[in-house]
Amino acid sequence: MRQQYSFYGILLYIGATIFVLFLAIQEPEGKVWNGLFWTIQLFVCINAVAKSFLQESRQRMLYFYSIASPADFVLAKLLFNALLMLAMSLTALLLFRLFLGNPIERVWAFTGLVLLGGLSLSLVFTFLAAIAAKAQQNAAIMAILGFPLIVPQLLVLMKLSNAAFNPILTMHTSHVLLLLALDAMIILLAVILFPFLWKD
Amino acid sequence: MATAKNKKNRYWWKVLCVVLLVYAVAGGLLVKIPDLPALEETSRNLFYHVAMWMAMMTLFTVSVVNSIRYLRTFNLKYDIYAKQYANVGILFGLLGYGTGAIWMSYTWADPNNPTFDSFESVAREPKLIGAATALLIYAAYLVLRDSITDMDKRARTAAVYNIFAFAMLFPTIWIVPRLLPSLHPGQDGNPAMNFKDVSSDMRKVQLPAYIGWTLLGVWITTLKIRYNLLKEKNMLS
Repeated sequence: MRQQYSFYGILLYIGATIFVLFLAIQEPEGKVWNGLFWTIQLFVCINAVAKSFLQESRQRMLYFYSIASPADFVLAKLLFNALLMLAMSLTALLLFRLFLGNPIERVWAFTGLVLLGGLSLSLVFTFLAAIAAKAQQNAAIMAILGFPLIVPQLLVLMKLSNAAFNPILTMHTSHVLLLLALDAMIILLAVILFPFLWKD
Repeated sequence: MATAKNKKNRYWWKVLCVVLLVYAVAGGLLVKIPDLPALEETSRNLFYHVAMWMAMMTLFTVSVVNSIRYLRTFNLKYDIYAKQYANVGILFGLLGYGTGAIWMSYTWADPNNPTFDSFESVAREPKLIGAATALLIYAAYLVLRDSITDMDKRARTAAVYNIFAFAMLFPTIWIVPRLLPSLHPGQDGNPAMNFKDVSSDMRKVQLPAYIGWTLLGVWITTLKIRYNLLKEKNMLS
């Protein structure tokens, strides 16, 4: 890990945000808890993943260009960011339960959803970071590109996770499969399209 | 002689477009509409509202095809094509949104409650969210283009984003809205392609209207493309 400070930076970001939430509202009910959780996840993901392409210097990109093929490079990036985001998601979940109470009825199902959601978010934003890195003012571009594109996945995730707070609702396996299929599609597109971004 | 024939061949679809649109607008006003509760005469909006979305989808599809062609050939001409088709697609999307809003204000909105006050409850409609997201995705495409100054880099990045965005467009407007509860017709299956829902009189106007508006969209785009090709002439040659 070359940039340890950025890793700790994100951890601090999660901790500080959740602490502020804790000061603002003590024990939110299930719906509010859920909404806040996914919003925080979205922002954590933008902060954690955006760094992966935007902070690389030109020289280092040239070095990677000379030693790796574009497909390998983008797969490595996707894998690293996915692992990073999974760790961050679990941290956020732990802190949420510590500070904001625990209205979850199905703990394991929700944990699974959090991991799946973290994976989906990290994949989409990794590829968008690769695109945004080509533009000026890339942090702003990242948000503009990312928010509309992530809406469908967030809608499905929220619908699924609402069921984790309410034992009457059922979780549909087909929705989980839809999310997995989307993730697979994003990986495929990233491998096909990244070589075109790479040549510079 | 050969050129004259070519010229004639190039215009036939514009004539078809005008004929179909005149037929669709006149027929849309004259055709007998089944008298359904709540819908009543507003069902005539079908010929406009759905036609706008058809045109939008067609234009976005052509745009993404041109993006792929650009990545295969690196000919900047295709980049201009892709941009203009996306532009006009957004225009038709906005029109689809507008016609939908008018339709909705007569059928869904609570009569005791003005449209503006009930906006919050209507805006939760999943199909509206999907359509708004789709338009935002393409608005982001235009913003991305403007943020890159180098022409080749811009064309390449925009083409990559366009393909990625189009792939994400499918879940946004075709899959996810169907998973959520909705007032909008066509909860299971494709509402636009389901001709059985419509009376046989309306069906006679429906398809010509869709094709007519789509052709109009393509026509507008070809004009914009020709103008932009002239503007960029010295860059392209």
